[in-house]
Amino acid sequence: MIGFDEVTKRYPGGTVAVDRLSLTAPTGRITVLVGPSGCGKTTTLRMVNRMIEPTSGSITLDGRDTSRMKEAELRRGIGYVIQHAGLFPHRTVLDNIGTVPRLLGWDRRRTEARSRELMERVGLPDTLGRRYPAQLSGGQQQRVGVARALAADPPVMLMDEPFSAVDPVVREQLQDEFLRLQDELGKTIIFVTHDIDEAIKLGDQVAVLRVGGHLAQLADPAYLLAHPVDDFVADFVGRDRGYRALSFQPTPRLPLAAERTLTLGETTTGVGGDWVLVVDEENHPVGWVEPQRVHGEVTSTMLHRGGTLARSSGPLRAALDAALSSPSRRGVIVDDSGALVGTVRAHEVLTAIERAERPELADPLHPGAPVR
Amino acid sequence: MTWFADHVGEVLGLTAQHVYLAGLPLLIGLLIALPLGWLARRYRVLYAPFTVGTGLLYTIPSLALFILMPFIFGTRILDPVNVLIAMTIYTVALLVRTVADALGAVPDHVVQAARAMGYRRVKRFFAVELPLAVPVISAGLRVAAVSNVSIVSVAAIIGVPQLGLLFTDGFQRTFYDPIIVGIVACTVLALVFDLVILLATRLLTPWQRAAGGRA
Repeated sequence: MIGFDEVTKRYPGGTVAVDRLSLTAPTGRITVLVGPSGCGKTTTLRMVNRMIEPTSGSITLDGRDTSRMKEAELRRGIGYVIQHAGLFPHRTVLDNIGTVPRLLGWDRRRTEARSRELMERVGLPDTLGRRYPAQLSGGQQQRVGVARALAADPPVMLMDEPFSAVDPVVREQLQDEFLRLQDELGKTIIFVTHDIDEAIKLGDQVAVLRVGGHLAQLADPAYLLAHPVDDFVADFVGRDRGYRALSFQPTPRLPLAAERTLTLGETTTGVGGDWVLVVDEENHPVGWVEPQRVHGEVTSTMLHRGGTLARSSGPLRAALDAALSSPSRRGVIVDDSGALVGTVRAHEVLTAIERAERPELADPLHPGAPVR
Repeated sequence: MTWFADHVGEVLGLTAQHVYLAGLPLLIGLLIALPLGWLARRYRVLYAPFTVGTGLLYTIPSLALFILMPFIFGTRILDPVNVLIAMTIYTVALLVRTVADALGAVPDHVVQAARAMGYRRVKRFFAVELPLAVPVISAGLRVAAVSNVSIVSVAAIIGVPQLGLLFTDGFQRTFYDPIIVGIVACTVLALVFDLVILLATRLLTPWQRAAGGRA
């Protein structure tokens, strides 16, 4: 557990970066600090490992005051990942990852074994071990950064916009893997980002900071979307927050319609009507075709692939999006193995939404309440 | 060039002296410039006085410096130590700014990452900052090496033997052969110094080549 108690950072000249911040980052959870630039989120993060010293207030790690610990020892016990990874350009991937173990006095063999284990863990091929950072892609560098932070198995991790310098596709991939890794490791993490979508996706709890280092709201993502505490938070979480809140609602039983399908390689002869769903041999949906527009066998190049798929056990947002994105307006629902279950129309999803109880909306009289 | 054929041994001896008088100050100067450059970088108020102050040393004419040494350090007038000290001063003059700027060019996010990993200051300097400053320092060292090879020949005037002796000898006798041999020897020596520094730098920075030439 990381505790901030009335922490203030005032720079010489009077600029206040963080103003009497109090919050707790619970053990084994991801706490995201999010806000516009100048809100003091990076300063807050760096005060935890004393890269920046607070002007007043105290920060505790599992109840121990960090200002009484030795700087270097404190830092070796805290994993740290930054934007652009901050890798040492003159060291190989293995040596980069082994930095903290070596500082802690591990011998070479044990360090290398540990570094190799971590490369595998973060999805880096073994062959990259002797490469230098400049020989890696941005996404690979970021993975090395995460592996390096994890090397000595610190209970606490600080992450400062670690995924913001990579392209959106890689970013999403890294976020998913990060969540998977956290499921296994259960670290106490403080994660800084300016991207509210990332905050909502990754955070167990989200702290929204406003310029000048004030905590505007601290809540779990669903509650934050449903109950922004003021105009600033409401603006910051965005205008489509109603839609995004559906990400946190499980899909109830929907009235699914059976769909007539074609298998790849079948001919469209004798099939009429509008859009027809095409599946592969394992009944996994692959796309749509308009029978009157194609003749002969259905091949994969003919398919309209615009529609998204929703898992029947997934969130409501995916079900609604499947209906809205489908060219036939019939949203494709699959089971956990990816096989077709049926289709659903947007108005049916909306009916389900209206009927669904929204737990995070249930008790508006407890504004500070739910933190998972 | 029969003169050269007759004096090979002598020229080689002078060359060895030249290597000693120009090369040793290069190493000592670098060792002195490293902490000074680090201080100039670490404490911002020191940057201007250190870099400008040491830079000014370079403007002192070499002949004047050679002659002044015995008065300042109490050495004997013909002692080669006078030349070694003077050349070390020139090397420091050229390298303090180079070292300070080379350390300044180490990317800040790398230094911050090193701090966050738990490197203490001294270890961080040797393990992270200095290795990354090598390419820039090496460029400055190459300039200092060539400069030393050239300046040291002036010491012939105060009677310290090295290749410069060939110039005074040729001048006094209005005989060009030793002068030409001296120029060629100095040039070759400068090239060899340059090459040695270049090779040492390559050995110290395998990561630079891995980056495909990117620094």
